[in-house]
Amino acid sequence: MITAGIDMGSRTVKVVFLEELNVEGAPQLKWGVKGKHMMFPNELDMDEAADKALADGLAEAGLTRDQVKHIVATGAGAKQVRFADAYVTEVSAGARGAVFMCPAAQTVVDVGAEEGRGLKANAQGKVVDFAGNEKCAAGAGAFAESMARALQLSLKEFGEASLRSDRVIPMNAQCTVFAESEVVSLIHSATPKEDIAKSVLDAVASRVCAMVRRVGIEGEVILIGGMVNNPGFVRSLKDALGVDHVNLPDMPEYVSALGAALIATEGNA
Amino acid sequence: MAAEEKKEFWRWQENCWLDETKDWKSAKIITAGIDVGSVSSQAVICVDGELFGYNSMRTGNNSPDSATNAINGILDKAGMKLTDVTYVIGTGYGRVNVPFAHKAITEIACHARGANYMGGSKVRTILDMGGQDCKAIHCDEKGKVTNFLMNDKCAAGTGRGMEVIADLMQIPIAELGPRSFDVDVEPEAVSSTCVVFAKSEALGLLKAGYTKNKVIAAYCQAMAERVVSLIERIGVEDGFFITGGIAKNPGVVKRIEKLLGTKAVETKIDSQIAGALGAALFGYTLMAKQAATAKAAA
Repeated sequence: MITAGIDMGSRTVKVVFLEELNVEGAPQLKWGVKGKHMMFPNELDMDEAADKALADGLAEAGLTRDQVKHIVATGAGAKQVRFADAYVTEVSAGARGAVFMCPAAQTVVDVGAEEGRGLKANAQGKVVDFAGNEKCAAGAGAFAESMARALQLSLKEFGEASLRSDRVIPMNAQCTVFAESEVVSLIHSATPKEDIAKSVLDAVASRVCAMVRRVGIEGEVILIGGMVNNPGFVRSLKDALGVDHVNLPDMPEYVSALGAALIATEGNA
Repeated sequence: MAAEEKKEFWRWQENCWLDETKDWKSAKIITAGIDVGSVSSQAVICVDGELFGYNSMRTGNNSPDSATNAINGILDKAGMKLTDVTYVIGTGYGRVNVPFAHKAITEIACHARGANYMGGSKVRTILDMGGQDCKAIHCDEKGKVTNFLMNDKCAAGTGRGMEVIADLMQIPIAELGPRSFDVDVEPEAVSSTCVVFAKSEALGLLKAGYTKNKVIAAYCQAMAERVVSLIERIGVEDGFFITGGIAKNPGVVKRIEKLLGTKAVETKIDSQIAGALGAALFGYTLMAKQAATAKAAA
């Protein structure tokens, strides 16, 4: 059997196809990733973007639409996926995918473009508790994105720059809009870009950490979502949480789509 | 190659005004109030407890320079020197960084006092919509603060949030209010609280076929709802008055009035100077008291 999970995020659409492996004596390896695809919807409407992501993903994986038996959608725009058989929240999908990637993880930190949250999952990947940024961009990727823009660095350069700094410059502003003015005044006072980048990522990490602490840190910690690709943030997060190790999945952006696909295989949605 | 000039749609009008009918040379007590805010700075000069002139400008990189530039603007216009001013009070978030001030007073107290002068003694509830914060203040008939509430953590409901939208829409900030009424039907408010998210939402609305004016209307409504939820936490008493830059945006003001079911007290004085005016008036009261004590002693 083949199933699919589609994650309609605020910036990107991700789709993952799973196939049944039937590896004997290894129930964990019952499912394998058959294909994955990510795209920026840009000018497309959400529903069109979902259609295109599925079509392109199927073509890349060499599958036909008929082969996919069950599709579960998740993410901020989940309801725009017309062809989904069921919907799950980002929280459930994130937890399921993260625990599949790292079975020892109980604490899942999910930082995407417009959301940041901490959640506690059980061994089956079910959500026990969670806390998120909700209405505020502080503690989400958008915060770092807008500061990188102020520094005229790409997100990649921004993350790498922060690794070259060991300074601690506390950000006063919590609000992304106000923090941008703060970054501008740091630039004016000739603060090196590296130090500003670190200060910004420390600030995001500290907001995220506050959410994680509300649910408590237990077991291994895994970080999912686009911020996994930012090594500077990963360091800041480790420092903020006070842990030596944070697990990083291989395909961080796809974890929620993977979780949705897993839920599709279990028929729990 | 011609340099392409980047338009700054957020940039609001700086303003310098003088009451030509008053003669400062014959005044007994001249006081000044300097309000160094996070976004704008104002200097107000009062002669014998009456508004004489003001200067309102964008806050620069540091508070002392902003304060100095603000006062120099109005001193020059009036043909005065700093030494002609008897007493200076600083207020606003940069109040302790006004190099020539004799004293600093919080902006909450100053706004209430200024609003009392601008709107009269009937003013009881003041909504101050500043560049980076939003305050709801209750005061008595003398302009003395009895209660207040503020939001300074979040750009939603502040002037800075409106500037971001002006830039996004590429429409000069002063046009936002009037444009927000030029819509076929009044749209629902933008649902995001955070300005960063509201920006993405606004872009989505444009994509969904909203006109720019309709998006602006949706944002003005969101801002009105946001500040009304703040003000309702301390309650609205009769004599409602709005200060700060947003008071000049009818798109927000009219919608706040509709939500609250009350009309704001009107004034001809620039709504942005309330804090500095209040500071100058406090200075006058202080000097008048000193003069009276000195007279009684003599």
